[in-house]
Amino acid sequence: MIRINDLHKSFGLNKVLRGINLHIQSGETLAIIGQSGSGKSVLLKHMLGLIQPDRGSIIVDGVEICGSSETELNNIRRKFGLLFQAAALFDSLTVAQNVSFGLERYRDLSQEELQKKVKESLAMVGLQGVEQLMPYELSGGMKKRVGLARAIAYEPEIMLYDEPSTGIDPIRADAINELIIKMKQEFRITSVVITHDMTSAYKVADRIAMLYNGIIVTVGTPEELRKSDNQIVQQFIHGRAEGPIKEW
Amino acid sequence: MTLLTKSFSFRLILQQVGEVGLLLGRTIINIFRKPRETKIFLQQLEEVGVRSLLVVSLTAAFGGLVFALQTYVGFHRYIGVGSEAYGGPIVSLGLTKELIPILVGLMVAGRVGSAMAAEIGTMKITEQIDALYSLGADPIRYLVAPRTLACLIMVPVLTLYGDIIGIVCAYFFNISMGVNRIVYMRNTLLYLELGDVLGGLIKAGTFGVVIAIIGSWQGLKTEGGAEGVGRATTRAVVISSIIILVLNFFLSKAMPESFGI
Repeated sequence: MIRINDLHKSFGLNKVLRGINLHIQSGETLAIIGQSGSGKSVLLKHMLGLIQPDRGSIIVDGVEICGSSETELNNIRRKFGLLFQAAALFDSLTVAQNVSFGLERYRDLSQEELQKKVKESLAMVGLQGVEQLMPYELSGGMKKRVGLARAIAYEPEIMLYDEPSTGIDPIRADAINELIIKMKQEFRITSVVITHDMTSAYKVADRIAMLYNGIIVTVGTPEELRKSDNQIVQQFIHGRAEGPIKEW
Repeated sequence: MTLLTKSFSFRLILQQVGEVGLLLGRTIINIFRKPRETKIFLQQLEEVGVRSLLVVSLTAAFGGLVFALQTYVGFHRYIGVGSEAYGGPIVSLGLTKELIPILVGLMVAGRVGSAMAAEIGTMKITEQIDALYSLGADPIRYLVAPRTLACLIMVPVLTLYGDIIGIVCAYFFNISMGVNRIVYMRNTLLYLELGDVLGGLIKAGTFGVVIAIIGSWQGLKTEGGAEGVGRATTRAVVISSIIILVLNFFLSKAMPESFGI
């Protein structure tokens, strides 16, 4: 469904991606793990066409994203829902307006249907009665959940989660993990989860890919990853300061 | 080395002119495209127009007063007592064609252009611009086009309002100085042409577009947190103010003396 071939991206002299090759199957949940600043979010934004690569290609359902026009990209983006790391709620809009933002553009619904869908989406992430609040009135965790409600409201085929458990308490984080699993089981949604939380990665992922030094060093099931003899992978999944990864 | 730096700067200027030109072109296309962001457009009309009324009132009033004062002194000193009543057309012409459009342009650049750069810049660094893309909204259509259209309409409206305030204040100043009100009014109405006012309004519309495009451009280019937002805001005001002043000269030069009205 998503095929990434030889993806390269530099920002000035900083080579962030040095040839990423990845194939994400339809209906699977792939977790991409790696250190902070390793380029996981940059890779995610490439999948939506928010960043154009220096070299390489990304094919979504047979359509090439890299070099596509804004109109073509807009059509492809309808398939995606993205949960941003810091939620990225629109400051000037209420919670309800934030959640209905994509719905208004991607679905042809009446005002009544729109409001019903907003309520349903907020209920899915465990929020009620917050429709008229402004983002500044929400806690960090609530913002994240509203961001998730906004992303799932228009029922995308592919969900991209950028650090879904960062900044929220362990119970809420687990509830979001459950939601990611539910989305996959009930709606057959393909998910890409960017995380450095191994508990979350083991729980939600069918496969885990590790990004290190601009390339994917390993891809496998959680079990394969646990048994991997790659020292970089072992150091990361066990969270050890000692090992081949020196930069931290 | 100096030559290299110069050519690099020249390339940078060309690149930035290209960026602004491209943004302007895409904004014009998006102003005419449907669906239009009517709600945001109406909010911006209020933001640019209604909320600038106080600052424009004060600027135009004192601009008119000081211009009337100097014109009064000039006539009184160089032509003689009683000639001050002939200053009316000069004051009105100067205010409508030059002073009020410039003052309103600079005031709106300071108040609205900076706010646009700060708001869009904050949206950029908090990934709200990326969120717009991911939710099917083109930031140029959603953010830049309504702001540009609102400035294109409201800066001339504010200028017309400023013209009236400035002329009325100049009139009352002259009356308070003992100038013959009938001669002053008759001369003003006799020599001030509608084309003069229209020339000022065309300038104001151009300044409005400059303010919105430069403010939005700086906002969309913002990088590097709160410091970046501060830099973008300052740059937006400085760049648009300089462009307004330079453009004013060339527009004055290029415009016909009268529009044949």
